[in-house]
Amino acid sequence: MKQLQPNKLFLLLILLSASWRSQAQTDIDAIMMEKNAFCAGPGYSNSSWKNYWEGTKKRENLNLGKVSTQMFAVMGNYGITNKLNALFNIPYVVTKASAGTLHGQQGLQDLSLMLKYRPINKKIGNARLAVFGIAGGSIPVTNYVADFLPISIGLQSKTAMARLMIDYYYNSRWFATASATYIFRSNIELDRNSYYTDRMILSNEVVMPNATSFNIRLGYRTQWLIAEAVLNNWTTQGGFDISQNNMPFPSNRMNATAVGVNLKYVLKKVPQLSLTGGANQIVAGRNVGQSLTANGGLFYVFDLSRKEKKTKTPND
Amino acid sequence: MKLQSIFIFAIAISCTVASCKKEITEQTANAQALNPVNMDADAGLWKPILLTAANEFAVAAPAATNLSGYTAEINEIKSWQKNMGEEERKQINYWGAGAVLRWNEITRGLVAKYNLPPYQNPDGTYPIPDANNPFNNPQFPFANPPYASRAYAYISAAVYDALIATWHYKKLYNRPAPYKINTTVNALLPKSDLPSYPSEDAAVVGVMVELLKLFFPGEQAFIQQKATEHKNVRVMAGVNIRSELEAGEALGRLVAQKFVTRARGDRAGAAVGTPALWQQLETQTAATGETPWISQESPKRPPMLPLFGRVRTWLFDSLTMVTTLRPKAPPSIKTDQFKKETDEVLHYSKNATREQIAIVHFWADGLATATPPGHWNAIAAADFISQRFSEVRWARNMALLNMSLMDAAIACWDAKTFYFNPRPSQVNPEIKTMTGLPNFPSYTSGHSTFSGAAATILGHIIPARKLAYENMANEASLSRLYGAIHYRSDCEEGLKCGNTIGAYAITRARADGAE
Repeated sequence: MKQLQPNKLFLLLILLSASWRSQAQTDIDAIMMEKNAFCAGPGYSNSSWKNYWEGTKKRENLNLGKVSTQMFAVMGNYGITNKLNALFNIPYVVTKASAGTLHGQQGLQDLSLMLKYRPINKKIGNARLAVFGIAGGSIPVTNYVADFLPISIGLQSKTAMARLMIDYYYNSRWFATASATYIFRSNIELDRNSYYTDRMILSNEVVMPNATSFNIRLGYRTQWLIAEAVLNNWTTQGGFDISQNNMPFPSNRMNATAVGVNLKYVLKKVPQLSLTGGANQIVAGRNVGQSLTANGGLFYVFDLSRKEKKTKTPND
Repeated sequence: MKLQSIFIFAIAISCTVASCKKEITEQTANAQALNPVNMDADAGLWKPILLTAANEFAVAAPAATNLSGYTAEINEIKSWQKNMGEEERKQINYWGAGAVLRWNEITRGLVAKYNLPPYQNPDGTYPIPDANNPFNNPQFPFANPPYASRAYAYISAAVYDALIATWHYKKLYNRPAPYKINTTVNALLPKSDLPSYPSEDAAVVGVMVELLKLFFPGEQAFIQQKATEHKNVRVMAGVNIRSELEAGEALGRLVAQKFVTRARGDRAGAAVGTPALWQQLETQTAATGETPWISQESPKRPPMLPLFGRVRTWLFDSLTMVTTLRPKAPPSIKTDQFKKETDEVLHYSKNATREQIAIVHFWADGLATATPPGHWNAIAAADFISQRFSEVRWARNMALLNMSLMDAAIACWDAKTFYFNPRPSQVNPEIKTMTGLPNFPSYTSGHSTFSGAAATILGHIIPARKLAYENMANEASLSRLYGAIHYRSDCEEGLKCGNTIGAYAITRARADGAE
């Protein structure tokens, strides 16, 4: 019998919460849209790995070769007020293994919706301190197969998350942002009616362990340019390890720590338009692929206010 | 305030999702306590499989119930019942659903745990699991479908023989249950007129301990723990005294030894073959002008148990297998028929619907599962629960099912090795699969052969479900075509061969005295 193996799956999670969206007006940065401004655009990311962690053991799998995931997403951020933004994201995901016989998968994955609230934004001398509360969730929008890791495009779990974030902005140039997130994940249903975790379970339903995440970003930020370094950690609170030569499973204990850099550039001639790009690398993990991800995006800020017509910029 | 209410709303949604109950209820978790429609009092007369007679192994008469020893044993029941807690009640509910059912489930769990192929050596060869060294890498066994079918068959057949012997002695000694002799004993499981010496539950335990030791030698501590729990449940539920368990377990162990002896000589130990044999299979097929099977794994893995087709069968002899059961040759690779069938596989590889993919995954029973034979055991168990069979009838029906499944594995592997033909994705690399590609030749489909055999014998056991089983078998068979790992011929011929094997089981069923 052939084994399929590893998973990039976690990378999906990381991608969703942190990668290409991590550069501009996302649910994990300190940028807010002003009231009635709507920033939206397409994003693309390409992520791949050859090595993965089977439990804590790092290995490759010649029957998968290089597993790659491409995401084509549309995201948006609307300023309900200056203090409250609503965000959405919906990716189309394409996966492929370079070796072996397993069929790549593709499809619309999960729609995520977030509310981002900034109750505190206080000037302290030459600096500004802001505190954010972010809440939201995601829901699968198609009946894609979750139980085909590492080729699956997602996990089919509905999620709800709550995040506390603090941003320190010095001299209108330098910033540090830190956040901690708790992610609740709903049970999922498989196409089969029994499966083995660390014991046999006679059900088609899988308990998905919840997860926590923290994120630290440091860098330079002005109205025209953002350059940052990012550290992200995802830790699954429970789940089990992939056993030797087994396939990954949606309720595995998937952990990952990634480091990356991002850039955002706002065009001076068309200040509504911004370009983003970045890359990150998983440097430590468990039951996940050691992904290297590159991403880019193009965003445009629309002014949806009826009364006044004035140029909005994506920075606060 | 509006903003705040939006934010509170978002948090409320998060909390609602978060508080969603995560606990799941497994299919047989709440199975009712076994309370058979018919206790099959005369099952001691049924035809055993290996035992020469129901009384081949002697069981001494139980001591009289008016002696102080009996009273002491009754007091053990009472001392358990006096201190009973939540955990004990849970155990009673669990084991009360039936000894054959629960041990079948435990076996399926062990198969799933061990159904993982060895990891390659640094030089690209693969280590072979060693029964004498089960803990090291690779673990023993690799409980793949043929291996699993054999484990299920020996266990089921041995349990059946042990229960025939048990029923024989029950009738002979006619010792009533403890709660009938001493009315102060509470029965926490359904009362029965079935004599309680020797204990049928303990006979099952005796068989399981011996045979699981053979098939899963690394799990003895776990198995002993389950065995102890099961036996204690019988006492704490007030349905057996300790000496009834001891007699039953001893009988079960003795019967099991006959099956262990058969297993050691059934040629399964040589089924893995040798590098010379693997090469020979390839060259001899190439010599006929056909394309031989080549492993699509990397590094190339030897074919799974290529000599499993020579293992000793249960329901027919090896000559019958070659003359009657071995299917005709698959379509030659040079024919239009072959091209047509390969194109059909490619079609499903590219165009399978979501419903068809769900069928692929429902029946895949691949790595880390109980295998297709285990899946059919689960299907049978669910229906047997609702039939309210006695333990001995459960055992008889499971034996018929699992002897069919093992013989299906043998016949199918005989064809696979004899024809040694390539998988669709070997012939056309454009074909990508929706499930793991099994590492052995294509013709015939194992899933189809297993399913044909299982559906046929189960349709005989529960005639009202005959059509349902046939539909399941057809679906399981086609799932391999939808998954792009088998040609249509593999599926159709496999199903046919399986049906024939199931018919042999029906012949046995009609003659075993249980109908």
